[in-house]
Amino acid sequence: MGDGKALDIAAVVLPIVGGGLIGLASAMMLLLHGRITGISGIIYGVLIGPREGWRVMFLLGLLAGGAMMFQWRPSNFAMASSGGVVVVAGLLVGLGTRIGSGCTSGHGVCGVGRLSPRSMVATLVFTAVGMVVASLSQEFGGGA
Amino acid sequence: MSLRHELWTSALAGFLFATGLGLSGMTNAHRILGFLRVGENWDPTMAMVIVGAVGVFAPIYQIYRRRHHRPVFGNANHVPSSTDINGKLILGAALFGLGWGLVGLCPGPAWVSLVSLHPSAILFVIAMFGGMGLYGWFISISKPNSSS
Repeated sequence: MGDGKALDIAAVVLPIVGGGLIGLASAMMLLLHGRITGISGIIYGVLIGPREGWRVMFLLGLLAGGAMMFQWRPSNFAMASSGGVVVVAGLLVGLGTRIGSGCTSGHGVCGVGRLSPRSMVATLVFTAVGMVVASLSQEFGGGA
Repeated sequence: MSLRHELWTSALAGFLFATGLGLSGMTNAHRILGFLRVGENWDPTMAMVIVGAVGVFAPIYQIYRRRHHRPVFGNANHVPSSTDINGKLILGAALFGLGWGLVGLCPGPAWVSLVSLHPSAILFVIAMFGGMGLYGWFISISKPNSSS
């Protein structure tokens, strides 16, 4: 099917292009401000401190970009779970990213991009644990 | 440095970042879980997000490093210098992975997904704030002499 093939190409190209934009935005923060773009750290700063203006503006920019994308491609925004598991997962993500000093952006994109061994280890650990948990929850929970 | 420049360029970077998240599929928890659920129906395509992101970021970081860590605005470098691979790093990354694997949301896509007003996105972000607050509280009681 021609449609099926076009879909497959989009499934690979859009992640690369979208990833490139994420890398470009992170590079902007680095070249202009000398900062690593770690979303969990930026949110934590606004929540607990230091509550600097650039953090607030970055988070507002995220919402603006998200709103534009949601208008254009609402199907790209989807949740797979609801209820108690969402609360547990949110707590774990909030706590874990602070204990481990970073998430998919700070350790994953920027840290791996800097070839930081510390970030590469963190990225391997959260990806491996994420894969085990997601695979097991599908196996035993019948999928969320 | 001009504060005004720092503010609008940060907002622009945030806008670009969210566009990338939305375009790549990172805001679709089904895509993330499809990548994390390794098995017969494994969907490895989301690995391309980090390939694209690191592919753009890494060479620019090398240029930045050759310029001796000097950003355009201001002269302070805030790139983390920690190289410690310790239990705290592993524990934190493991807890994060646990939460990520349960629902397919990490902090950036979760925050950006608020625009969809999906109840699960709102619930997740509130709980994530709670987890971060818990950490902040723990830090504050473990350092009783430092007050801000």
